[in-house]
Amino acid sequence: MEYHLKLPASKDEIKKLKIGDIIYVTGKIFTARDEAHHMMLEKGKNALPFNPSEMALFHCGPLMKKEIDKWQVVSAGPTTSSRMEIFEDKFIEKFGINIIIGKGGMGDRTEKALQKFVGVYTAYTGGAGALAADKVQEVLGVYWLEELGMPEAAWIFKVKEFGPLVVAMDSHGKSIYKDLKK
Amino acid sequence: MDFEDIKKGIINLIKKAETELPDDVINALENALEIEKGIARTQIEAILKNIDLAKTTKRPMCQDTGIQTFFVNVGVDFPQIKKLKDLITDAVKIATKEIPLRPNTVDPFTGENHKDNTGEQIPYITWDFIDGSDVYITAFPKGGGSENMSKLGMLKPGVGIEGVKNFIVEEMIKAAGNPCPPTVVGVGIGGGADLSMKLGKKALLRPVGERHNDRTIAEIEKELIKRINDSGIGPMGLGGKTTVLDVHIEKAHRHPASLPVGIAVQCWADRRAQMVIHSDGSWEVK
Repeated sequence: MEYHLKLPASKDEIKKLKIGDIIYVTGKIFTARDEAHHMMLEKGKNALPFNPSEMALFHCGPLMKKEIDKWQVVSAGPTTSSRMEIFEDKFIEKFGINIIIGKGGMGDRTEKALQKFVGVYTAYTGGAGALAADKVQEVLGVYWLEELGMPEAAWIFKVKEFGPLVVAMDSHGKSIYKDLKK
Repeated sequence: MDFEDIKKGIINLIKKAETELPDDVINALENALEIEKGIARTQIEAILKNIDLAKTTKRPMCQDTGIQTFFVNVGVDFPQIKKLKDLITDAVKIATKEIPLRPNTVDPFTGENHKDNTGEQIPYITWDFIDGSDVYITAFPKGGGSENMSKLGMLKPGVGIEGVKNFIVEEMIKAAGNPCPPTVVGVGIGGGADLSMKLGKKALLRPVGERHNDRTIAEIEKELIKRINDSGIGPMGLGGKTTVLDVHIEKAHRHPASLPVGIAVQCWADRRAQMVIHSDGSWEVK
């Protein structure tokens, strides 16, 4: 099945999604890699300068350029999600993340959290950075750019029909990656 | 000799590597598209669309523009050998702003990003010397996701070539979707620990689809391609027939007690571009 979702997606919309479905999302997404995960968990939800609950989480270290005073996305494909496995269950719980966009899949801890808190992990084609950048309408903000550097900072993007995203782990405990290992 | 002009040439070289894939890789991906269905097909389609978009808009195809890596064959009669390292380093700094490239050099102790894609030992340049007065540079920007799947096996010689083959297949199955398959796998067999890894990396410079000129090794390459693709990992680890586009093996003689196997993994964005600099400073990017 193919779905076009407005963010934030509701619990019912997420529950409907099954592995193998394709989704396109429209709304706000934020990027976070290892360092941003670590920092956000340390700060806690109330101390954050943005509200992650209304966005999808994108495992991405984008290539950006500043033109006059405005940031532009040059290339922004997903980074390897398994590096974030050590943070992700807490991240989902604390920040109410219900759509994760990444590549390569995640492990048991994330799978359990997706089931418990109703979320999905979706795969975007790794390396397809130019294609992804094309779906970003606007850069809404950036946080911790000085401390963490361009790839590790948290970037907020307004996206339109961002996808195709393959639902690779759903909220019912199913995972494409686990099925393939068998 | 016009050094500023040579620098421009090297920036052109980096730009070509970051924005256009070699034909051999595109052909292999187009072949993959023909045999894939369903989700696997959507992934190859996205990859090909992305390659096209990057080329037409002259943007890096992947946000991970890699660690700037160069293989340089220096003609011993080139008159300005001592300038080459600085020219490449300066070109990387300028290219980072101009193309642009993602700042990818981080101090391992402080975590500080050097912001211009240079740093200690980086750009990483491998020098070889050849006859003549021309300099050949291959730009080979190397992404982190695939690099993280590199593997060194110090196998027991008793396991033989069968053991070597099993090690490679098992490691690539373990890597699953992480290195952005379909990948190109470079394997160095023999030498010592460092030489096997280096040979694995150098094996990636061979065009996709080209077999080793030793027939026995060529057969092993074909067998490994089949075995890894039969795993069903597929594009991006989401299932399918194409997990590797190619496997390239290089060898060195080994110590009687050691059987080193170095595996270097390259994502589908098998970025390579070549240039030649002539003794009068004129250059061509190919």
